[in-house]
Amino acid sequence: MSTQPYRREGVTGRVLRFRFDGRDLEGLAGDTLASALLAGGVRAVATSVRLGRPRGVYAAGCEEPNAVVQIEEPFPEPMLTATTVELYDGLVATGLAGRGRLADRPDPARYDAVHAHCDVLVVGAGPAGIAAARVAARAGARVILADERPEPGGSLLGTTETVDGGPGRAWAAAEVDALAALPETRVLRRTTVIGHYDDNYIVAVERRTNHLGAAAPPGVARERVWRIRAKRVVLATGGHERFVAFAGNDLPGVMLAGAARTYVNQYGVLPGRRAVVFTTNDTAYAAALDLADAGIEIAAVADVRREPGRMWAARCAERGIEVLTGHVVTAAKGEGEVTGAEIAPRTGGRAREVAADLLLVSGGWTPVVHLFSQAGGTLRYDEGLGAFTPGETRQAAEAAGFAAGVTTLRACLADGAEAGRRALAALGFGAPGVTVPVVEEEPAAAPAEHLWLVESGDYGTHFVDLQRDVTVAEVLRATGAGLTSVEHVKRYTTAGTAHDQGKTSGQLTGGVVAHALGVDVAALGTTTFRAPYTPVSFAALAGRDRGPLHDPVRTTPMHEWHVARGALFENVGQWKRPWYYPGLGEDPGEDMEDAVLRECAAVREGAGAMDASTLGKIDVVGPDAGVFLDRLYTNMMSTLKVGSIRYGVMCRPDGMVFDDGTAIRLADDHYLVTTTTGNAAAVLDWMEEWLQTEWPDLRVRCTSVTEQWATVALAGPRSREVLAALAPGLAVGKDDFPFMTWRDAEVAGIDARVCRISFSGELAYEINVSSWHGLALWEAVMASGEVTPYGTETMHVLRAEKGYPIVGQDTDGTVTPQDLGMEWIVSKKKADFVGRRSYARADTSRPDRRHLVGLLPEDPGVLLPEGAHLVSVSAAASVPSSVASAALPAVPPVLPVPALGFVTSSYRSAALGRTFALALVSGGRGRVGERLYAPVGDDLVPVTVTSHVLYDPEGARRDG
Amino acid sequence: MNPLPPHLPDHPDRLWRSAEPKRSYDVVIVGGGGHGLATAYYLAKNHGITDVAVLERGWLAGGNMARNTTIIRSNYLWDESAGIYEHALKLWEGLEEDLGYPLLFSQRGVLNLAHSLQDVRESVRRVNANRLNGVDAEWLTPEQVKEVCPIVEISPDVRYPVLGATFQPRAGIAKHDYVAWGFARAAADLGVDMIEHCEVTGLDVRDGRVTGVRTTRGPIAAKKVALAAAGHSSVVAGFAGVALPLQSHPLQALVSELLEPVHPTVVMSNAVHVYVSQAHKGELVMGAGIDAANSYRQRGAFHIIERQMAAALELFPVFARAHVLRTWGGVVDVTPDASPVVGLTPVEDLYVNCGWGTGGFKATPGVGWCYAHTVATGEPHPLNAPFSLDRFTTGRLVDEHGAAAVAH
Repeated sequence: MSTQPYRREGVTGRVLRFRFDGRDLEGLAGDTLASALLAGGVRAVATSVRLGRPRGVYAAGCEEPNAVVQIEEPFPEPMLTATTVELYDGLVATGLAGRGRLADRPDPARYDAVHAHCDVLVVGAGPAGIAAARVAARAGARVILADERPEPGGSLLGTTETVDGGPGRAWAAAEVDALAALPETRVLRRTTVIGHYDDNYIVAVERRTNHLGAAAPPGVARERVWRIRAKRVVLATGGHERFVAFAGNDLPGVMLAGAARTYVNQYGVLPGRRAVVFTTNDTAYAAALDLADAGIEIAAVADVRREPGRMWAARCAERGIEVLTGHVVTAAKGEGEVTGAEIAPRTGGRAREVAADLLLVSGGWTPVVHLFSQAGGTLRYDEGLGAFTPGETRQAAEAAGFAAGVTTLRACLADGAEAGRRALAALGFGAPGVTVPVVEEEPAAAPAEHLWLVESGDYGTHFVDLQRDVTVAEVLRATGAGLTSVEHVKRYTTAGTAHDQGKTSGQLTGGVVAHALGVDVAALGTTTFRAPYTPVSFAALAGRDRGPLHDPVRTTPMHEWHVARGALFENVGQWKRPWYYPGLGEDPGEDMEDAVLRECAAVREGAGAMDASTLGKIDVVGPDAGVFLDRLYTNMMSTLKVGSIRYGVMCRPDGMVFDDGTAIRLADDHYLVTTTTGNAAAVLDWMEEWLQTEWPDLRVRCTSVTEQWATVALAGPRSREVLAALAPGLAVGKDDFPFMTWRDAEVAGIDARVCRISFSGELAYEINVSSWHGLALWEAVMASGEVTPYGTETMHVLRAEKGYPIVGQDTDGTVTPQDLGMEWIVSKKKADFVGRRSYARADTSRPDRRHLVGLLPEDPGVLLPEGAHLVSVSAAASVPSSVASAALPAVPPVLPVPALGFVTSSYRSAALGRTFALALVSGGRGRVGERLYAPVGDDLVPVTVTSHVLYDPEGARRDG
Repeated sequence: MNPLPPHLPDHPDRLWRSAEPKRSYDVVIVGGGGHGLATAYYLAKNHGITDVAVLERGWLAGGNMARNTTIIRSNYLWDESAGIYEHALKLWEGLEEDLGYPLLFSQRGVLNLAHSLQDVRESVRRVNANRLNGVDAEWLTPEQVKEVCPIVEISPDVRYPVLGATFQPRAGIAKHDYVAWGFARAAADLGVDMIEHCEVTGLDVRDGRVTGVRTTRGPIAAKKVALAAAGHSSVVAGFAGVALPLQSHPLQALVSELLEPVHPTVVMSNAVHVYVSQAHKGELVMGAGIDAANSYRQRGAFHIIERQMAAALELFPVFARAHVLRTWGGVVDVTPDASPVVGLTPVEDLYVNCGWGTGGFKATPGVGWCYAHTVATGEPHPLNAPFSLDRFTTGRLVDEHGAAAVAH
């Protein structure tokens, strides 16, 4: 017996082997999985999601509501429509019950994205789209023609219509080949335009290797996102046929009439042997005749209308096909699949059952207006079509062909050509005389009649949305519950929310709702069309932005040195910063704690060096640079002398600290400003925002120079002698090179700018060189003798010992400079600066604001967790699950327990010989000496509040 | 892993009937979203005020209530926020029973991932703050994260490794539409009028006191007017000369097709910016950051979605071949401190509730409860007192966005 019993006689091709639901089957090259299944006689392809009913192939394109499958091999992919899966050798798939399965192994495929620009983008390579593209392309416009299918032609693929005297399918192929050969025209096959955004920004997804199965070449992106910016867009997106709600309209064997015609003509497959046709319009007659020509017996045509198109009736009569006008199919009959159709006069009367294994339905055609609507176009109801068609648009885009409501092939070709001409005219191209292809005269269609449902029974199997298993009964229940909006009905019933996004069901649901409410379909409107037009894989959208490319990895010129020395790294923003260097001491198995204690001791007792290249650096240049910085920083920058450096704090308008850093005055009109590593971009944005929106009169230019400089922070009592040895020409004496000044010098033979600033409290320098020489400088520093490299953790400990806050760690956007104990940095003299006004507000002078203070755990070996909270002695008793403590009265826990503050930084200090912490504590400066408790796990850790400056409070070590 | 229910619950037979506006009401609520409906319900239930109209410009609950990603949690950093969100969560825990309506409320927990040392500090801080406020919170190591949600990638070799997470077991999701309908139905049962397709075009103010609203369906007198129109509250309050410090941005979300259960909880990440849950039917529901541009349009830019998918695959490589089925946008109204405004206005008898940004859905019952109290008594409820409009003058901000690694 043939493996393809339903293959149309005489159709041959390369045989492909595949497996479906455990059955080995065969198809032909050019098949979809759906056409191959039909050829193999597979009727039930999937199971419905809610009711568990068997479902067969219903459509022939992306609108398929039923035949949802899971690809198992070559790689699992959930929820594809069998009608859009191109068949390949070795395909293994299963039918789904409405829910897919994700792979349990990593996807080996690659994905990418590409940007493209064009004069005219034509969406859809059907008759109208080809007609538009050829007009535009022949005028020399840059054209992109995108179509979702592997083969151009659109509706021509499924019909026997002729164009220019030959088969339409061949005409389309030849035209598109000719277009593809033009230098300025790009044809994208297997490319679905999924979204139409503002300013004609179009997103499309090209499926490049899916159809090759295991034969897909490695290294070729499986799917590619096209980001297209088009001057003009022609939406030639065609239409989808819809069905009618009648009893059992979901049985395998019920199929859209146009789809059956496509299976016969395009794929050479017979979707059945004996068919009943149920229609509301003329288009199903062409299907019936094509099926009859292919050898399918047409048992009857039930036409709801009294007056079908005359020519169609005549052609049916010629073939002896019975046409029952004014009749409807009241029910599809059969167990598990169609075995017959119950036909009755529309006005009531005796029904009769006609045996058939195929029941074709046409409830009319709905223009595909998804993209038009997404782009902001309005829709209007077309009484003739019984569907919404494009109205006004606010983009340089228009619909053409059936998408615009144009019905005949001849008119679609003409409309497409006109759309192409209009696009050219809008772009200023001369329109060449391109002839419109010749097609046969088509008979005038008799008006369709819009029948949404066939009234009968309890509506329990009158499906409106096949994939979501929504029946007329559910719709009636929704309207009965008082819902009058299609959006509410959609949400109540879930109609239109499935994988097919209501392509076949949307208009039908609207019609049934209108019927139920007794309102006009036009007034009811549609639900909103949303991108994507068809489902898109997550991976395609993620593209290459994964793994190391997810976010740029920024490294300093010295990075490889740190890597080679075994540094561990901390992510700070996009930067990789050395965190600490385990094993560089005498103990190769050193842990973090030991490494940091060693690094800290080295800086406090000798000399250490840190790669500080990641600090943000912004050149601020112009005659008003000083004025500008005065307005952004809380302190005065305009009075800074050339050659000097000043620490500064920037606040938001609410007075809260936003960033800190130094301003180096290089010349009267030139400052170099440093920022925290993580905030560099935000500070530059901040500067630009003020310059561009509030102070455009200021003559200032800001430029990021972060990556132009490499910086080595050299710190410790021995740093002066290290620098002196490296820079013999530089006078490094305390008075020659005072604190908070800078000097140009040659360091290790490299032109450098040396700043005498300190973030550790020790004598320290920051040596800045061109980033090209960063590694050379670092190696020279390391080669100079006993200089210990240290990382961010040590830097954090050293600055914390001195009470220097880290913005973002010791501040959280709710902390003023005054809260940090930096009253001195807030100018009393300046007329204004960002944040100044807020210091006059009641809340910023509250005495119970949280102040930055130091904490000493009473047990000097106990390290408080950062983020631990602090409570008063009295409140501590209320902390739940706290261990009974002799010091505390036993009372039941009472929530909430008021917190006085929390630990922002906490370390072991080599210099202090104990642990310590910084914390923000309510009224903290008034609590110095007070005991508080930190609930940690089930413990209450007693701590004593101290000044936030714990090391060298006199600042004696700064000058070495 | 939570098994997904095979069938969604049945609905009661009647929800609400769209009412025709009367000439006057004791209270007119402007905005028929979740907050407006909940406020109407609690006005009737807690305060016996039933001569109430909820005016909705479009279809009921069709704004942010229909567009959010349905996450419910109360693990906010500041005491003021924890207070109102935890009150909401406690109400959520009895809401299906109270409303007599299925809400698909599922306490499956929420993980807020930490990806940097600073994230870890902020997360631990938040866990401690939550516990003192009686909000359930735990700090989990990456291995513990994997136990709660096995599909999360915790390899240290990714761009921003998972260093741990906060976990609130009582957090979860609910079905947003059902919540709106549950409140609407219960409020309608108590006598509240739901008036759809009725846009407010003006406010009548006499001697510093609001006396009614003008609408596309005619004037309606009101003893009190309560705004609950999210970002459009600025427009409506502007009719009475009240300026609200709001900026509105598009916020997009998306769903996948239906998938077999893989994701038993809710995962949020700020650094690798995405949040994900798997809804009852099986679709993955995801959101990400707001669009930077200010807009009232309910649509955003596509690169935000692409970025979101990249983030999703960093955290969940298993999602690679899932498909995006549908994307959409809402409009979030954000205040300078990213906390809401709930309370009185300079105009007597005019009340405002707005500025919920990305947090509005989860707060729904809590807001309704407190806002109803405010409107009924003319005084803020203690839980919304900190969220007064005048805090932008006094400086007593509740700064949630500057504060911590708390995603929306």
